Amino acid sequence: MSAHKALGGRIFTLPFMILGIIAAIGIYYMAQRFILGMGTVANINGGFPWGIWVVFDVVIGTGLACGGYALAFTVYLFNKGQYHPLVRPALLASLLGYALGGFGAIFDMGRWWQFYNIVLPGNWNFNSAMLEVGLCVALYILVLIIEFAPVYLEKIGAKGLLKSLNKVMFFFIALGVLLPTMHQSSLGSLLIAMGYKVDPLWQSLQFQPLLAVISALVMGYSIVIFEASLSNVSFGGKSETPLLSVLAKVAIGLLVAFVVIRMIILMIQGKFGLIFAGDFSSLMFMLEMALFIIPLFILASPARRQNGGKLLIAAVSMLFSGALYRFNAFLFTFDPGPGYSYFPSASEIMVTLGIIAIEIMAYLVVVKTLPVLHSSEQA
Amino acid sequence: MKRREFLKKSLSTGTATLCTVAAAGSAEARENLKPKEDAIGMLYDSTLCVGCKACVYKCKEVNGMPPVQESEIYAWDEARDLSGDTMNVIKIYQDGTAAVKDSEVDGFAFEKRSCMHCVDPGCVSVCPVTAMRQDPITGIVTHHADVCIGCRNCMVGCPYNVPQFEYDDAFGQIIKCQMCNQKGVERIDKGMMTGCAEACPTGATLFGSRTELMAEAKRRMDLKAGEIYNYPRGDVRTPDSFHEKEVPEYKKHIWGETEAGGTNVLHISSVSFDKLGMPPLGDRSAASIAEGVQHSLYSYLALPAVALAGLAITVRRNTDDKEEEL
Ligand code: SF4
Ligand code: SF4
Ligand code: SF4
Repeated sequence: MSAHKALGGRIFTLPFMILGIIAAIGIYYMAQRFILGMGTVANINGGFPWGIWVVFDVVIGTGLACGGYALAFTVYLFNKGQYHPLVRPALLASLLGYALGGFGAIFDMGRWWQFYNIVLPGNWNFNSAMLEVGLCVALYILVLIIEFAPVYLEKIGAKGLLKSLNKVMFFFIALGVLLPTMHQSSLGSLLIAMGYKVDPLWQSLQFQPLLAVISALVMGYSIVIFEASLSNVSFGGKSETPLLSVLAKVAIGLLVAFVVIRMIILMIQGKFGLIFAGDFSSLMFMLEMALFIIPLFILASPARRQNGGKLLIAAVSMLFSGALYRFNAFLFTFDPGPGYSYFPSASEIMVTLGIIAIEIMAYLVVVKTLPVLHSSEQA
Repeated sequence: MKRREFLKKSLSTGTATLCTVAAAGSAEARENLKPKEDAIGMLYDSTLCVGCKACVYKCKEVNGMPPVQESEIYAWDEARDLSGDTMNVIKIYQDGTAAVKDSEVDGFAFEKRSCMHCVDPGCVSVCPVTAMRQDPITGIVTHHADVCIGCRNCMVGCPYNVPQFEYDDAFGQIIKCQMCNQKGVERIDKGMMTGCAEACPTGATLFGSRTELMAEAKRRMDLKAGEIYNYPRGDVRTPDSFHEKEVPEYKKHIWGETEAGGTNVLHISSVSFDKLGMPPLGDRSAASIAEGVQHSLYSYLALPAVALAGLAITVRRNTDDKEEEL
């Protein structure tokens, strides 16, 4: 029998209601976008066609939703399931993150009523990284639904279906590793075609896919660590910190890889000096690097690593490091040329906050009603 | 598996995966696309432009678009930049007293902004649904709203920020100059010239084949400042008139000969192009680098298929019956 349990408890708590209000405001502006056009709600323009709806909701949102990917990478490829207690919450967060990222992509789509054109093979342009992102993200959402299905089947007691699904599950788990590797790297490739508009410190050209995949894994691992620590705090489960520490070691490898590769690229491309130029880009670069190095410092020491609070700081820093890397490349230092500037409008920000609120609400409802969280390691 | 062993294995396998991605990623990208033999284009000579904006008006008329009004004076199209309402605009460069035409110091100059009809167009390369297409013969880049999903990748992928979206329309579309040859207009197919070239009173916007226009631009580069030259108007191959004018001090630079693979719309000027707002482009097109990476990574789905098989086997080996409840 599964050691996972639904948390139970009231759903309509005060925080839940507050989230509900934020979500309602977001939905109100979303409706405006569909009735009056994007220009009335968002500040995107001719030089900045991609604002926070693309960059945060999709590019960063799916990165943050890489917990399931990061864990699948570790759990299924390298060992026999000793991290299983973490799998379901991570999968759930990934499913919600990707579903809302996909939804974000739809409402940011200027011609959303024609979205089906991207699934018609006759239209496919294989040169386009966007095609790859679109198709792979859509497929991956389906894969996540299938990976998460046992949780629901277990609840309704569909034993037969559960058994046959488990027989083929290995295939979907494999897809669940392959698809994010593909589309997360392609999210990086999007930057290549933007050429000079991407700041030299972030325009690594052919290295974009590699950096994108590592940043996805960094964010993924951070989310797994973050989530498990958080749900321990708020739901009072047994500390999973020793387990997390091992994951943290993998995170060290990723962080080192990212920082070292980043530096090597800048040296090869002869842009090392730009780090110290003292302008906005160089400051953002240093801030970003600091966020990558702080968790490295915490995770490298066994003593600090065993400390739940410090581990949490490391996780948050990792989360911000990957997010800032993507924000910097796609938006903060993006420069389409003279005459264009962008800062999101209040309504635009509310839509994004609304999406985040919906995601957290859905997470809370699901962990309270479905067997997602592991009751305790021995149970 | 022991923790240490697991770590070792995970790190080495992880590194191997990343190295594969890196190796594929740094593989040789494709070369720039080459100019088409019979490419159609335009030559814009900034020194001939008088800023009358007849071309802006004509472009709107041909394409059925509304004028932009910004002030109380209802006199002329006041579009300052490309937008969902404007495919062609004349911009101005000003310095100091702005007294002398075509002078970088204390002078002013005009610059036309419309699609450059790139030889290796970024907009075509990035569009997921092939809604941007380059004609295989004329090289004209057209947009097809019937398949466009509005992802606006063409906007970020265009080095000149040409494609614009109708943000103020709930059912908006991408707007860009299609060299007056889109369905329903088809001026080039009908043997006419572009609207802007036809309307231009001075021949600043000259129509023709890329080859002939390039030859004309090179001829002008070779002229000495102060000489008298007979400037053609209309179509460079069959000009409808000429006018004599003193040759200005041209910058020896034909914009569009090599920039990011070149363009079919060429510009020449007496003021350097960075001052006129042209982007900082090298010879390589970003599209050629992006496509090279995309192709070596995916080699038409062969690599992902192999990777999936490998992953499936590994996962299967690593999930024994006890864990199958998950
Ligand atoms: S200028 Fe921009 S829109 Fe025009 S062909 Fe080139 S990339 Fe496409
Ligand atoms: S907005 Fe339309 S034309 Fe532009 S890249 Fe997207 S689908 Fe293609
Ligand atoms: S070629 Fe036609 S569509 Fe393009 S700028 Fe000239 S008039 Fe406008």
